[in-house]
Amino acid sequence: MHGPPPEQLLKAKDYKSDVKPIWCAGCGHFAVLSAITKALAHLSLPPEQVALVSGIGCSSRLPAYTHVYGFHGIHGRALPIATGLKVARPDLTVLVTGGDGDGFSIGGNHFMHACRRNLDLTYIVMDNEVYGMTKGQASPTTDPGWEQSRLTPHGTGLPSFNPAAIALAAGAGFIARGFSGDPTSLTDLLIQGIQYPGFSFIHVLSPCVTYHPEQKAWKKTVHEQSQSTTADPVVAAQRIQQSDRMATGLIFKAISQVQQQQHPSKNISLEQISRQFVTHT
Amino acid sequence: MDRKTDMTEAATLSIAIVGSGGSGAVTTGKILLEGIARHGLYALMSRSSGPQIRGGESAVMLRIGQSSVDALDDDFDILLALDWLNVERFSDEIPVTEESLILHDPDKGDLPAVYAQMTHRHVARPLEQLAKSIENGRANMVGLGLLANLIGLPLAVVNAAAHDILKHKGEVVLQATLSCIETGYAQTPDETLVLPLSAPEAITERWNISGNEASGFGALQGGVRFVAAYPITPASEILEWLAPNLEQTGGSLLQAEDELASINMIIGASFGGVPSLTATSGPGLSLMMEGLGLAVASETPVVVANVMRGGPSTGIPTKSEQSDLNLALYGFHGDAPHIVLSALSIRDCAFTTQWAVKLTETLQAVAIVLTDQSLGQARAVIAPPRQPALEGKRKLAGDTDHYQRYALSDDAVSPMAIPGNAHCIYTADGLEHNEQGTPSAMATDHQQQLDKRRQKLTQFEYGDDWAEVTGDGEICLITWGSATGATREAAQRLSQAGLPTKTLAVRLLAPFSTERFKQVTAHAKQILVVEQNHGGQFFEYLNAQRVLPGHAHSLAQPGPLPLRPNVIYNRVMQGL
Ligand SMILES: Cc1ncc(C[n+]2csc(CCOP(=O)(O)OP(=O)(O)O)c2C)c(N)n1
Ligand code: SF4
Repeated sequence: MHGPPPEQLLKAKDYKSDVKPIWCAGCGHFAVLSAITKALAHLSLPPEQVALVSGIGCSSRLPAYTHVYGFHGIHGRALPIATGLKVARPDLTVLVTGGDGDGFSIGGNHFMHACRRNLDLTYIVMDNEVYGMTKGQASPTTDPGWEQSRLTPHGTGLPSFNPAAIALAAGAGFIARGFSGDPTSLTDLLIQGIQYPGFSFIHVLSPCVTYHPEQKAWKKTVHEQSQSTTADPVVAAQRIQQSDRMATGLIFKAISQVQQQQHPSKNISLEQISRQFVTHT
Repeated sequence: MDRKTDMTEAATLSIAIVGSGGSGAVTTGKILLEGIARHGLYALMSRSSGPQIRGGESAVMLRIGQSSVDALDDDFDILLALDWLNVERFSDEIPVTEESLILHDPDKGDLPAVYAQMTHRHVARPLEQLAKSIENGRANMVGLGLLANLIGLPLAVVNAAAHDILKHKGEVVLQATLSCIETGYAQTPDETLVLPLSAPEAITERWNISGNEASGFGALQGGVRFVAAYPITPASEILEWLAPNLEQTGGSLLQAEDELASINMIIGASFGGVPSLTATSGPGLSLMMEGLGLAVASETPVVVANVMRGGPSTGIPTKSEQSDLNLALYGFHGDAPHIVLSALSIRDCAFTTQWAVKLTETLQAVAIVLTDQSLGQARAVIAPPRQPALEGKRKLAGDTDHYQRYALSDDAVSPMAIPGNAHCIYTADGLEHNEQGTPSAMATDHQQQLDKRRQKLTQFEYGDDWAEVTGDGEICLITWGSATGATREAAQRLSQAGLPTKTLAVRLLAPFSTERFKQVTAHAKQILVVEQNHGGQFFEYLNAQRVLPGHAHSLAQPGPLPLRPNVIYNRVMQGL
């Protein structure tokens, strides 16, 4: 159980596995995979000290494509798996990946509570406003008028979910938006998110070229946020609500950081513990 | 009366204490139980409360014996009524006979008809009046003194027990309590009403513990150091006990947002190398099923302690039933071999939970431990719990070069790499996979991994702990879980009545020990399968295993009333 010697710098490719992704050519998720491996290499984290946890979806396939410990779980439950792992093994760097369906629909409750719990996890959601894996149904972030799914031929008619607003309201200390079409900035956000000592939420616009081909135009509509990062949640809330949801950058970074929940390692014997039950005869 | 005055093996004494909210019936019972333990006897104490969340009337039911007590009796020898408010809610649960003795306070009203008609043996004492003569005095403690004298429990023992139970309340309360007990004790009742207890010859170490505490302790002893759970009746006490005690051992407990989270949290922690457990009851177990399937497929060891209550749906949350067996056995989608265990008594909650942790660690498997409200929320005076012999350590990966997480092998258990091991980095997966762990939809991979996951459980040598067999005879009572206590007692009574009867209580429900089961039941001429549910779930399971002869019968009685020995006894006596 030993990592590489400190002088041996790791490259992004050292964090890639030789499993070939099942993703469609042109899928935004490729660039996210690449940005994650670059961020890990930049931080020179020993691969055996990193764990990548995911749910189910195209995006959730990511852990198997990396050379770090991975857990490809079930739909919507990546955050609880990562939470248990991080509490049990605070020494590990734990990243969580998934899609908008995985994180905001079936796993929506866990998203809120993970923000609130504020453990040192980095949550990367690849948002393509669609369920890719199940062949193109509407997700919580889908535009209300999107009529391309046979399941909702008249569109959902529902206002789309604003992940950054929810994360802020639920108490996340680090909220950023990135774009798979701008991997350099995305890598930078990932590095900052991993370094942030609390729950960091990185919302990544990651096009599904198969079920949302019009997202190829995101190249043109995505833009950098005009203001710098704020630590004031009221200002952040206003900006999140006013923005067109295409603005990238580190939106909010709280100053007060919650410490990792950790108990001083006591070592009381079980024999001692059992004495509470013994009666005096 | 003979069977009570002369305390032989079978002789026990049953006492019920009832009172409205705030009357202190439960505290009275707790002190009495501790006194019984200090006196060197065994006892079982269960509680019943009204529908109110807090306060409201409650009843405490104690049964005292010279050897371990694992079931309530058919009826009660003594009923101490602090008052009669809403007593009709409990009258079903507290049956009396013409020999039963009723202690009550005449100032709290007349004896209710149900009791007045049944027995003429009453002791009326102005408990509240007597308590008022003492500063901060309470009627329940006067009643306790009266009761203790009646059953011959020495005053010094009751006082020491009261001290133990009430020490956190401070000196003033304690002194008032002791005065009240003494006053009650001085109310010597009529000689003919006395029901003396006697002490056993050799007093060995005794524990005073609830089933839920025992489950928590068993988990710790098995090596559990991470727990995540969502509160639910009647399982919460496992968590409340574990939270501070886990901390003492360097572990941690997380209150999850729901059971979907809790099961997945323990999977994550166990993947990290830390033995993990969650506790829940039926509704929570239903929610956990998808997660449990993930643990099976990814071969991540986890234990679920499921404390059953009346179902389906929200059912009867505060009352016992053994009706989650089908869910525990068959709730998973896909072919998902796993372990299902049942604790046979309060004491056995510790052993079985500990065994579950060791089995899951050894086999990288899932175990569901079934206990229920009647075990979990009851307290007993017991001998210290037994411990399983199994070492129960995970088989870990070392520094293999071409590591394969799900490699096939003779014992079908493949070495598991824990994050931190630089040589064996892998991704755990709930998707079907090949030996390497890479997702695969190939028929051969699916077949091999299905075989592997089944074989590791069926090939394992579980030893003698799979069940407990007591007594001998051509009548065989077969049971599981909490029904064991009443069933064994019925078997004893049948044997004493000249019908030698054997009891087979199954602890390891799945994988099923077919050969051993057949051996134990081979010469049975009459078989009755006893359980506390409506559908005869265990009976049907045994039939599916093809281990019951055609003449076997089922006795399935749902909750909320406890399964009493005479119901089983009478069923056999009536020729099944
Ligand atoms: C409990 C459960 N329900 C439904 C599914 C089917 N399912 C698989 S992936 C998925 C949605 C994936 O969408 P998203 O999370 O947005 O990821 P993407 O594929 O777009 O990357 C669904 C509904 C499932 N696997 N499990
Ligand atoms: S379906 Fe969409 S999300 Fe899935 S791999 Fe193809 S492009 Fe990517």
